Amino acid sequence: MNWGAPLARPSKETEPALNYQFDWQLVLSGEYAQWLTDGVLVTLEISAVSLLLSLLLGTIVAVMRMTRFKPLEWLGLAYTEFFRNTPLLVQIYFWYFGSSQVLPDVINKWLYAHDFEFAAGVISLTVYTSAFIAEEIRSGIFSIPKNQLEASRAIGLSFIQAYRYVILPQAFRIIIPPLISQALNLIKNSSLVMVIGVMDIFYMAKQIESYSFHGFEAFTVATLIYLSISLVVSLCINLYDKHYLRQISY
Amino acid sequence: MRFDVVFKNFDYFLWGAFPEGPLGGLAMTIILAAVSIFLAFWVGLGFGLMRNSKKPWLRYPAMVYVELVRGTPLLLLIFWFYFLAPVIVGYSVPELQTTVVALVVFTGAYIAEIVRAGIMALPKGQMEAARGTGLSHFQAMRYVILPQSLRNMIPSFVNQFVSLTKDTSLASTIGVLELTRCAEQVSNRTLNAPMEIYVTILIMYFVICYCLTSYSRRLEKQLSRYQARDR
Amino acid sequence: MAMIEVNKLHKWYGDFHVLQGISENVEKGEVLVICGPSGSGKSTFIRCINRLEDYQKGTVFFDGKDIHDKGVDINKLRAEIGIVFQQFNLYPHLTVLKNVTLAPIKVKNAPREEAEKLALSLLERVGIHDQAHKYPAELSGGQQQRVAIARSLAMKPKVMLFDEPTSALDPEMINEVLNVMKDLAREGMTMLCVTHEMGFAREVADRVIFMDGGVVVEQAPPDEFFSNPTHERTKAFLKEIL
Repeated sequence: MNWGAPLARPSKETEPALNYQFDWQLVLSGEYAQWLTDGVLVTLEISAVSLLLSLLLGTIVAVMRMTRFKPLEWLGLAYTEFFRNTPLLVQIYFWYFGSSQVLPDVINKWLYAHDFEFAAGVISLTVYTSAFIAEEIRSGIFSIPKNQLEASRAIGLSFIQAYRYVILPQAFRIIIPPLISQALNLIKNSSLVMVIGVMDIFYMAKQIESYSFHGFEAFTVATLIYLSISLVVSLCINLYDKHYLRQISY
Repeated sequence: MRFDVVFKNFDYFLWGAFPEGPLGGLAMTIILAAVSIFLAFWVGLGFGLMRNSKKPWLRYPAMVYVELVRGTPLLLLIFWFYFLAPVIVGYSVPELQTTVVALVVFTGAYIAEIVRAGIMALPKGQMEAARGTGLSHFQAMRYVILPQSLRNMIPSFVNQFVSLTKDTSLASTIGVLELTRCAEQVSNRTLNAPMEIYVTILIMYFVICYCLTSYSRRLEKQLSRYQARDR
Repeated sequence: MAMIEVNKLHKWYGDFHVLQGISENVEKGEVLVICGPSGSGKSTFIRCINRLEDYQKGTVFFDGKDIHDKGVDINKLRAEIGIVFQQFNLYPHLTVLKNVTLAPIKVKNAPREEAEKLALSLLERVGIHDQAHKYPAELSGGQQQRVAIARSLAMKPKVMLFDEPTSALDPEMINEVLNVMKDLAREGMTMLCVTHEMGFAREVADRVIFMDGGVVVEQAPPDEFFSNPTHERTKAFLKEIL
């Protein structure tokens, strides 16, 4: 199967809109509903795994960029700049088609025996998202005014204590909303992994469309699912902003 | 390493089969991005102003547009247009036009948010001072608020342009011959050097996007000197 | 007929009753100083007069017209009532000259040369004509505030409102702004000034009003107001600031 090929144009493109028979039952019950549910689970699963990994990797890169050790700083900078300034889709192709050339055979064999598409998807999403997360963390910590550190050192806190009790608690409040929206971007970006055959919700909707010619219903359901995820997340951000951000003003 | 494949096809990456065949490659990517950002700016400005309006019949439609688009992955949006356009207009719309429409609708929503936030970020006193001397709401927007806030928004617009440039790669999924699609074609034809090919075009995207990003950072520093602030 | 007639003015911010029935007449050429503790509603009161704030009850007449009347063009009305803010609010993207000429050109459709001539003469009057081509950020606070006064005067207003014009200034710049205001008062401009500059009040005010808790507690000519305040709250306030 050639995953790199463009999506096929819907097969009944010449059919006038009025003749289209809506059949919501078709996608909301039975086998197709099961497909969509499976797709949602895959979307959530790949997003959750990638989010955890990219939080970890993002923190590491952010710390690298804040050490005063030049080579590490540069490496961190190169990492964030490169992966933020290139398209995720091409990164996905790179990991999926290109990685087998660089990885040792043992790992390749293992990956192919397991779910290689899923792994390539997770790697791409993690690398891409972690670059953004690293930048959010760094700029969040940088946005705390210097006098906060000075003030806490002046009353006798050690450097570590100042960070532990004064800087980081403030930085977290600033970082969390952008992190939540990064998580939301990640969920939306995860729709791209269908191009390498990860069976996420969009992939499943596409499958239903080619089996049943009822793409309209399938895509509506897929879109509504994405929309409701986004809506819930932006509500969370709003609530968070209302409760915490107003406490901070310099 | 088989970079010879890359060298042999580099002109194809740059401008496709042009001038013998259709324009493609990086040139197409840049054209797509430039046309889309231009149109999206006006769409975004309109909806951004609508979102700030006191009139509910202007504010709510703009809010629905922005929230709907921002909640939907671009790939899904491209597909909606690709899938629905022929049904709506009755004939087959070329992929290129479909892509531009999808990119404009998508980016317009993000620009609307930039515009809305940019206007809100100006101190309230600017509007009051303008209205206080007798300028109408429209005049105050036109001569006092927008000249300042649009200038402050330029870095955000440039950043949005970077995102858009990256997003044009999604056009490859419906067969538009831009850089990513060209790379796929070469990769499928040669079969033996996918890594070299994708590394090359990643670098090509990077060069463009990084230049733009650095430019926007420089602008941001310059602009911060002139802003009106609450004191 | 008084130039400004305010009758039983009430305003609420949500549940908060900021103005609780203000009635006040200002004659042509009168200089009124309004003082009071912060939160007393004094700024809100003068901002109601050109409808930068809306009010819920009562009436405000300007030059015989109800400003809340449907037939009143609010932009025309505002052109006749100048306002100067605590924060100057100059347009940072325009030069000093353009700050002053914007409204005459756009609202009154004055020709550019005429507007600039007027602007330059006003800038001379407030003592900064040599800075006409600079941007606001290049001026000191006191200079900016004087530009703001010139900007309001350019519309040839019948009344000038001053909303704590010297509160955001460094002490050494306060007098340059007060002097411009004193000149204006002596030339017969009708003025409503929210300020704590009691020296200014003594020198040029016709009447001083003390507001607290959204009502006018006491009012008197300046001599009487300062030498012989009758109300306890006024006494306490004067003791705080003098």
